[in-house]
Amino acid sequence: MEKFGFTLLKARFIDYDANDRSIAEFIYSKEPSFRVCIECGCCAATCTTGKYTRFSLRELNILMKRGENSLVRNKIRECMLCGKCTLVCPRGVNTRNVIALAREAYRKEQDNAV
Amino acid sequence: MEDRVLVVGGGAAGMEVAGRLARSGYKVTLTEKESLTGGHIRNWFHLFPDRRDSLEVLSYLENQVDHGNITLLTSTDVEGIETRHGSFLARTADDREIEADAVVLATGFDLFRSERKEEYGYGIYDNVISSADLEIMFRKGEIRRHDGEIPQKIGFVHCVGSRDEKVGNVYCSKLCCVAAVKQAMEVREYLKDAKVFCFYMDIRMGGALYEELYRESQEKYGVNYIRGKVSEIAENINGRLIVKVEDTLAGRPLKMELDMLVLMAGMEMSEGGRKIAEYAGLKTGENRFFAPADHHFGSNRGNLRGVFYAGTCTAPMNITESISHARAAAADVIEYLSNGRR
Amino acid sequence: MQFDPFIIPFNIGLYFIVIYAVVRSVMWFRDLSRQDKLRLQRGFFGRSFGRSIREIFMESLIHRKILKADLRLGYMHMSLAFGWFLLILFGTLEADIFGSSHLNPPYKSIFFKFFNPDHGRTGLEAAWSFWMDLILAFILSGLILAVIKRLTPKVVGMKKTTKLRPLDRVALTSLWLIFPSRLLAESFTSGAYGTGSFLTGSLGSWLASFLPANEMAYPFWWLYSLSLGTFFVLLPLTRYMHIPTELFLIFARNSGIRTGDKAGAFTEMQAYSCSSCGLCIDACQLNFSAGITNIQSAYLMKGIRNRESVTDITFNCLMCGRCDQKCPVGIELTPVRMIQRRSGEPVPPEKGIIRKYFPGKPEYRTDTTTARPSYNFLPSPAAGQAEVLYFAGCMTHLAPSIRNSMVKILDASGVRYKFIDEDGGVCCGRPLMLAGQDKEARELINYNSQLIRRSGAKKLVTSCPICYKIFRESYYLDIEVVHHSQYIKYLIEEGLIRLSFLRKRVVYHTPCDLGRGSGVYEEPKKVLKHVAQLLKTEFEDENSLCCGGSLGNMKISQRQKQSIASDAAAALTKDDPDILATSCPLCKKTLAAATTTKVSDIAELVAEAIVLPGIPGIKSGRLAQKKEPVSL
Repeated sequence: MEKFGFTLLKARFIDYDANDRSIAEFIYSKEPSFRVCIECGCCAATCTTGKYTRFSLRELNILMKRGENSLVRNKIRECMLCGKCTLVCPRGVNTRNVIALAREAYRKEQDNAV
Repeated sequence: MEDRVLVVGGGAAGMEVAGRLARSGYKVTLTEKESLTGGHIRNWFHLFPDRRDSLEVLSYLENQVDHGNITLLTSTDVEGIETRHGSFLARTADDREIEADAVVLATGFDLFRSERKEEYGYGIYDNVISSADLEIMFRKGEIRRHDGEIPQKIGFVHCVGSRDEKVGNVYCSKLCCVAAVKQAMEVREYLKDAKVFCFYMDIRMGGALYEELYRESQEKYGVNYIRGKVSEIAENINGRLIVKVEDTLAGRPLKMELDMLVLMAGMEMSEGGRKIAEYAGLKTGENRFFAPADHHFGSNRGNLRGVFYAGTCTAPMNITESISHARAAAADVIEYLSNGRR
Repeated sequence: MQFDPFIIPFNIGLYFIVIYAVVRSVMWFRDLSRQDKLRLQRGFFGRSFGRSIREIFMESLIHRKILKADLRLGYMHMSLAFGWFLLILFGTLEADIFGSSHLNPPYKSIFFKFFNPDHGRTGLEAAWSFWMDLILAFILSGLILAVIKRLTPKVVGMKKTTKLRPLDRVALTSLWLIFPSRLLAESFTSGAYGTGSFLTGSLGSWLASFLPANEMAYPFWWLYSLSLGTFFVLLPLTRYMHIPTELFLIFARNSGIRTGDKAGAFTEMQAYSCSSCGLCIDACQLNFSAGITNIQSAYLMKGIRNRESVTDITFNCLMCGRCDQKCPVGIELTPVRMIQRRSGEPVPPEKGIIRKYFPGKPEYRTDTTTARPSYNFLPSPAAGQAEVLYFAGCMTHLAPSIRNSMVKILDASGVRYKFIDEDGGVCCGRPLMLAGQDKEARELINYNSQLIRRSGAKKLVTSCPICYKIFRESYYLDIEVVHHSQYIKYLIEEGLIRLSFLRKRVVYHTPCDLGRGSGVYEEPKKVLKHVAQLLKTEFEDENSLCCGGSLGNMKISQRQKQSIASDAAAALTKDDPDILATSCPLCKKTLAAATTTKVSDIAELVAEAIVLPGIPGIKSGRLAQKKEPVSL
């Protein structure tokens, strides 16, 4: 087919329909509080790791929920599990478990790929 | 008609309902635990959305209760209500008894005690104040730091004690957002060169003219809005406050030094209301406010026949809503008493 | 008449279990580390031998700890264990004294009545029979309790009895049958011969009055032998394996062997020593405050024994250590759980009956390392020189009043100190360890260790019991590590700070990691007595509660945490104190959200009580400022 008209840059979009959201689904199933995040950023503000490197649990959460896993896969490893985010979260999200489950999910994903 | 009605609580709702009932010919006893009526309005300077002086509303309410049928008992703390032969007996803290044929509870709200959110440093850092503290400063006409300096950078923290599971309040107090906008504008009026920042999770501008006020605060007053919940506040050697927040829209943590920080304290069920609920077996909701019999057409009634609710003892409300709710309570009381208490 | 075919099942069972116990012990011994082997050898032939025998008598037979915790439950365990022991002991003596020959094989004493039906008519024989009947009655009374307990757990004071597997059920039935069948067998024989004492004799003559006693006796002797044999053969597959294992464990422990941080024979022995008595379930706050009743240590031990996947159990625990204190067998439950957290998912064991009797070492899935955490983004650590380091800890930064109080106290003491995490630090690593990630925790430990070592300090003071525990246990530091309660006590005793008395009634909540976790109970209370009136609660020291905020549990919800906190706070403030004091920022925050009573860290109370020297300008600027709540 002949290309014609304006071309959209694919990389600009979150391709919601095509993205694989199984990681988020896995976390939802084991830790339902993952759903109630309201993206207030309190976790990222208090984060011990966030002082040293770009690390925002809020950002990682929303990316996982959208199936944008490429950044999260590596970033999620940097958390120290210190628990400050759990303590400040106004929605009572069990953040440490979210991270533990995300790590588990990415590990399983990798094991399956190998 | 010799029916007697007891109204507990002399704030906006209590005064309005007492006035309405008195003018309809009922004998009303209005109790107030403080020495003056007026409730929280007395601590407020200007009111949103039109920024009128609260004294105007206060004098309207005082007019309402200036009626021969009203016996006003100030410094009277009603602790419990009992039913007796189809009528009610209220007990006060100093062991007096008040008889009535119907009771309206207008016990209002308490402001969230900001010390409970320790990471915000209220009561620890001198220049962390509450929204109520700021109103008193407005009334005095003087906004100063604890060391006497005039603050140049002031922050407002939204949702202190609201929408926060960690303090046990999951509900939205719904008025703190607009109050913050109003106060931010007023601060800018007092301090022409000051910079003002509001830290919010969501801006909830549900009331009449609220959104307009929000826009005005940006347009005319240059108020800055940063989306992120403050996680903690620290103080540096110079006594400046350091706010830790994630600028969620920019996606990066943000650190800011401020001269003064105002905590927008939320609304909670009042301690007085809680005591009465416990004593009389009145149902309360998960938010600890009185639970109305029906959310759509029974918001002034509870689980005890002859006991009515008016105002913020059932949920956070602004003054307009409180007064309307009180009028509806008066109508319910009249219907109840004239229909043979049914 | 010296032999009868009915003894065969018993003999098979007995010789099987004896040989099995020896083989299993040898295997465990072989799996011990070299030091532990030496320890056990020295312990077995050394002074601790006496201690072990004493402990076996007091705990394995008398069940002193269970008796202390719950009289009825204790009686049940004691009557079965101690009673059985007495029955064997005096049965053997009986056969030896009254039998036809000495040094009899075991079956002769066990079935003595069958082979000597005429025994016990007069004199010493009758007295002995009376004694044997009394022991049997003692056992049967415990058995009745056990049956009632199985049917209605409440009667013996337990909230929840542990769930059984099918094999356990068969073993349990055979155990239950042993003593009633002995009773009936002996009674029938006694009835037929007109012997027996108050129990077997009376029952026997009554039964003989309407039944053919002589014919009835024989099948019951078979039943007795069969139930014994079955019980012995099944024993290694059931929780009753705890009976022989516990003996071995007591010797090992008294020789100085501890759980340590790696799985091994000792961990395995501990898992097999658990009798599923359920005291850990009673002690667990997840049980009585959050309604979680399937993750307690008894279940963990069972899971380990059965080589099941215990991941869900392992991680759903506050790691508060309350059960360790209550365990009558003295199993180090929390350390064993920690090891399980580290191990990860077990590989399911091979099937087959041999594997069931000899499970071999548990195997765990090895993890692909690429998805593991990494902290190479941390900058190289830098710290100044100081004598004393103050490390507030992550949580303390969310409780600024504690941090400010510590600064005030340290400033007032005149000590040269450096506040190393004033602007926040790097996590101590314990939260990672609690999540079973030791290797990663090690990275943080090394990082912090470098920072601490470079400062040349002699003392490290921390406000957080979580940090304190790991600093002491897992950091290799040539430096004294103290919790701030210990340091404040030192400052008071050295006269470096002066305190006034606050005239407040205070109760003290011991944080888990400081108390049970590190053994610091007295110092905080001594400090509190300097500044306030300290009241006692029902939950002091080893029996203290967990606040519910523990980082040890990643599985429970916010609501469950809150309900644990509310219950704990309510229990602690029963006498309506002015202040609920604690010495952990996490406990403070958790409890403060659950009670209307004011919750304070001891540092805050001390800071409030501190009397500052009246010379102006001598202290730092920050101290000179009066900190009072804004009151407008």
